[in-house]
Amino acid sequence: MKILVTVKRVTDYERKVKISPDGLSLVTEGMNFVPNPFDEIAVEEALRLQKAHGGEVVVISIGHKDASKEIRQALAMGADRGIHVIAEELDPDAVARLLMKIVEEEKPELVIMGKQATDDDANQAGQLLAGYLGWPQATFASKVEGLDSEAEKAQTPGVVIAGGEATVIREIDGGLETLKLKLPAIVTTDLRLNHPRFASLPGIMKAKKKPIKEVPVASFGVDITPKVRNVKYAEPPARKAGVKVADVAELVNKLKTEAKVI
Amino acid sequence: MSNVLVVAEVFEGALKKATLTAVTFARDAAQRTGGQVHAVVIGQNVGAAAEELAGYVAAVHVADQAALAQPTAEAYAKVIAAAAKACSAAVVTAAATAQGKDVLPRTAALLGAGMASDVLGFAGPEGFQLRRPIQAGNVIATVEVTTAVKVVSTRPTEFEAAKATGSKGTVAPLAVDVGAVGTSYVKFAKVTSERPELTDARVVVSGGRGLKEAVNFGKLIEPLADKLKAAIGASRAVVDAGWVPNDMQVGQTGKVVAPDLYIAVGISGAIQHVAGMKGSKTIVAINKDAEAPIFQVADYGLVADLFKVVPELTEKL
Repeated sequence: MKILVTVKRVTDYERKVKISPDGLSLVTEGMNFVPNPFDEIAVEEALRLQKAHGGEVVVISIGHKDASKEIRQALAMGADRGIHVIAEELDPDAVARLLMKIVEEEKPELVIMGKQATDDDANQAGQLLAGYLGWPQATFASKVEGLDSEAEKAQTPGVVIAGGEATVIREIDGGLETLKLKLPAIVTTDLRLNHPRFASLPGIMKAKKKPIKEVPVASFGVDITPKVRNVKYAEPPARKAGVKVADVAELVNKLKTEAKVI
Repeated sequence: MSNVLVVAEVFEGALKKATLTAVTFARDAAQRTGGQVHAVVIGQNVGAAAEELAGYVAAVHVADQAALAQPTAEAYAKVIAAAAKACSAAVVTAAATAQGKDVLPRTAALLGAGMASDVLGFAGPEGFQLRRPIQAGNVIATVEVTTAVKVVSTRPTEFEAAKATGSKGTVAPLAVDVGAVGTSYVKFAKVTSERPELTDARVVVSGGRGLKEAVNFGKLIEPLADKLKAAIGASRAVVDAGWVPNDMQVGQTGKVVAPDLYIAVGISGAIQHVAGMKGSKTIVAINKDAEAPIFQVADYGLVADLFKVVPELTEKL
């Protein structure tokens, strides 16, 4: 089966991004960039499904020209080829409509995407794409077995493909839901679906020869005018500095008499 | 075209509290658009939930049919889009719960609308600029949805639950043919617990790596939570380690909580965790490392060996 996976280049989520003094932009200079962690889980899941069912894994990134690094990383993990749509930062809707064009051309049976990118935290692109294509969707794919289970160690896919359908376990409020999707379909990944593999040295060497098709965003004829514009940025309100208490007795006293929460 | 449509969430026949937080946002939005608050209730045998919600909004549109018994985004998005058109909605909104996050963007695609996710509130007293967290909650962006119809998911912990209006809105069936769908529902495995739900609890006790072993969750965190009738949360590190189930993770990528009292035990306070709990009214941190970032957000910090002080705290409460 052919699987498309998306990989977004994001600012390192372990570091705090700075806001420009005028509040009109984020300072990304000097920031470290990484593949969106949810997308690495998507790549891993695609590779496990490929191992089980054969076929091809195609990695797509829409974004900055330097995102070829993130595509190359997915190729080093084992994906077959890349498509890089070179564009400035776009809103999720534009991304979804560009992906729709690629899907129409590539005709995959499954698209796997991270549930959200850790920079804009929108959690929209997969659902938007499914809506535009009219395909079934399963967001927040997870699995019953933990990440320390034997199934995970054996790199068993969490998504089960059989008889033209994908069975997906979703992590939702209050429990786990299981859905069956008629293929072609869209799946978005949550954290506990798998542990992404590291690229091996031979994998990295092989990836250098794997093709990445670069496509300028303009060639799609898609209107990328944002439907949602970021107008300005601010720090979240800081919590007022707290106090250190000496012992449990003082803590209990403060909670009772000062905070009045117990 | 100025009405505001709230997408209700119904679980086992009952209206979810998060829906009433979305109504609060919707009332504010309706003042700005000059329209009324409508709601759509979707499912099978959801009449009681629809009647209840009518006490909060001007009109309730009910899509009650067997094909909608389970909340699959594919079917529900079609219904919401149809309801939005039927009531000339300028704004379509829902709480950013798992269901809201799943179905609203798909609805936005069907409506050709732009969507703002996980909104905290309006940016000012007038206009329609919205505030939402990005970058794991380290930055608050002010955003503008430029399409005529705007889709907004709202973070439930940021809004009070709406009070009933005192009058009763209209309740009318909404006929929608959802047609063929490729999604079929298999099952739901509910996580059962005697404790309050994490996102609803008045008190949350969370444990982290400092507990050293899974078994200490049971020995230290559970008795403290029992005493406080609290829900139990966890840091991502211990969830990843398999000490506790996934759904206990508090953080930007897990559950966002805002209880009256949040007690962080042996949690260092990674950016991602703090983003999920800093809306709490009072935060207590217990950690033996005085430099742990969790103390920067804690109202009361106790630098101590948690193995000694947590049992003591449980006893003294």
